[in-house]
Amino acid sequence: MAKKPNPIWNWHKRVMEKNSLLLTVGIIGVVSIGGLVEITPLFYLDETIEEVEGVRPYSPLALMGRDIYIREGCYACHSQMIRPLRDEVERYGHFSLAAESMYDRPFQWGSKRTGPDLARVGGKYSDEWHRDHMRDPRSVGPGSIMPPYAMLERTPLELDVIPGRMRALQRLGVPYTDEMIEVAIDDVRTQVDPFASGYDAFLARYPGAPVRNFDGNERVITELDAMIAYLQVLGTMVDFSTYEADADANLR
Amino acid sequence: MAEDEKMPGDDLTGIETTGHEWDGITELDNPLPRWWLWIFYASIIWSIGYMIFMPAWPAPPGFDGHTRGLRNHSERANVAVAMSELDARRGPMFAELQRVVDEGGVTAILDDGDLLNFTLAAGRSAFGDNCATCHGVGGGGTIGYPNLRDDDWIWGGSYDAIRHTIVAGIRWEDHPETRFSQMPAFGRDGLLSRQEISAVTDYVMTLSSLTVSADADLALGREIFDTQCASCHMADGRGDTSQGAPNLTNNIWLYGGSREQIQASIHRGPYGAMPAWENRLPEPVITALAAYVYLLGGGETLASIEEASLAAPLAGQQTGQPG
Repeated sequence: MAKKPNPIWNWHKRVMEKNSLLLTVGIIGVVSIGGLVEITPLFYLDETIEEVEGVRPYSPLALMGRDIYIREGCYACHSQMIRPLRDEVERYGHFSLAAESMYDRPFQWGSKRTGPDLARVGGKYSDEWHRDHMRDPRSVGPGSIMPPYAMLERTPLELDVIPGRMRALQRLGVPYTDEMIEVAIDDVRTQVDPFASGYDAFLARYPGAPVRNFDGNERVITELDAMIAYLQVLGTMVDFSTYEADADANLR
Repeated sequence: MAEDEKMPGDDLTGIETTGHEWDGITELDNPLPRWWLWIFYASIIWSIGYMIFMPAWPAPPGFDGHTRGLRNHSERANVAVAMSELDARRGPMFAELQRVVDEGGVTAILDDGDLLNFTLAAGRSAFGDNCATCHGVGGGGTIGYPNLRDDDWIWGGSYDAIRHTIVAGIRWEDHPETRFSQMPAFGRDGLLSRQEISAVTDYVMTLSSLTVSADADLALGREIFDTQCASCHMADGRGDTSQGAPNLTNNIWLYGGSREQIQASIHRGPYGAMPAWENRLPEPVITALAAYVYLLGGGETLASIEEASLAAPLAGQQTGQPG
């Protein structure tokens, strides 16, 4: 309740608030400072991503799994970000790198952990465990409060949408080639069948991708296939034998 | 100008108004609370200081990384230090554990109370983070995931066998030394008829002295067992740890011991997999885990294995099976 009128405030009232054009210019000026501070660094964000070997775009099947992960809101309870803290590294493995989610749009880092972090869940459990766990989480973890996702294994995967989604990501800078998009649906079929003719070509496109029938059902490609294919590749792409965590450029 | 003068005050509160009026409604011009304003200013000043002292800005193109700040702070460097401190603190005990196990075998741990406590604590912690998800918190297992507390071992229960299983996993294709075996899906792949599966189910149940219905065709079941199952589960049904064929005579069932469950297992040919942990866990942690699992109660000593193999022919006689 200052009785003395502030001279700047008076000037503001006299000049700015009486002159809408000036006020507009002023607002734009102030807002753009905030915008510049937040947006400009994004244009040279590449400088902040570590250089690592092995990170590649998701295979079409895993990409669909990722979309299901987002659709079901898994991120609400699971993070995908191992922070550089001793206890996290002890429990989950090497801390997450920016490079590991550079093709994630949007990234799934999250900050809420009702369930465990999933950044390195790939290869930690068997496919059969994932099947049991999605069907009924309590069957493998008696204290689990995760809801069952049994419908995933009963729902055939929608294949037609895959090329469009890959095209969208391509436009956002994910290095999918036109060829990858063209054969995407075949690649989905190949990834669930180790004896498919396209096996070698598939692995050349997506090195290290797991190829097997993930949901144990050979008759139909289900959403569970996609989900497990996604989960089994999480955190497995970076070759940590060639990554120098202590290198000066990699310290954050 | 008129705006330089004091705005009309509100009659009730005595506070100035903005001078705007809409249909008789005026707007109080309360100043921002001072405490709030000062915190706001202070946080702006703090942020400038923070940018000077801490890493804040990604470097522009052509420059390396990001601004380091005066403190040259790095979370990643800090965690590396924290991890090496941790290693320095427990490293000697891990080394001691490895030495004792190498020299005196896993049971030598029992002679050193401190080492035993350390092994159990390290093992329990790693087990909880990595193994309990399948094998249960206490190692009790569940359907499809073996119980590690009993003395029934599918791939062998010596310290070395347990360690190898942890290192290489079971049916884990990414590890070159993983152990494979596959039970045929007798029903799903049409290798046996429904009637044959039913008969062999009853026969398998009798191996564990379970009650079967009076009209069970045990003769047919035994014939099928001898031709289809005995090569892995052995003629007496005691299994073979070298090929991961479970013992069928002890009423311990990996995939459930009800008639329906046994029949379902024969129908589908279970193919349980365990991940390889060699590249996920540090070497000393694997040693502690193997010792922990061994010490859960059912670890096999050389003596107990010999005893079991001596007892094998006897058991065969007990169930009345000719050679």
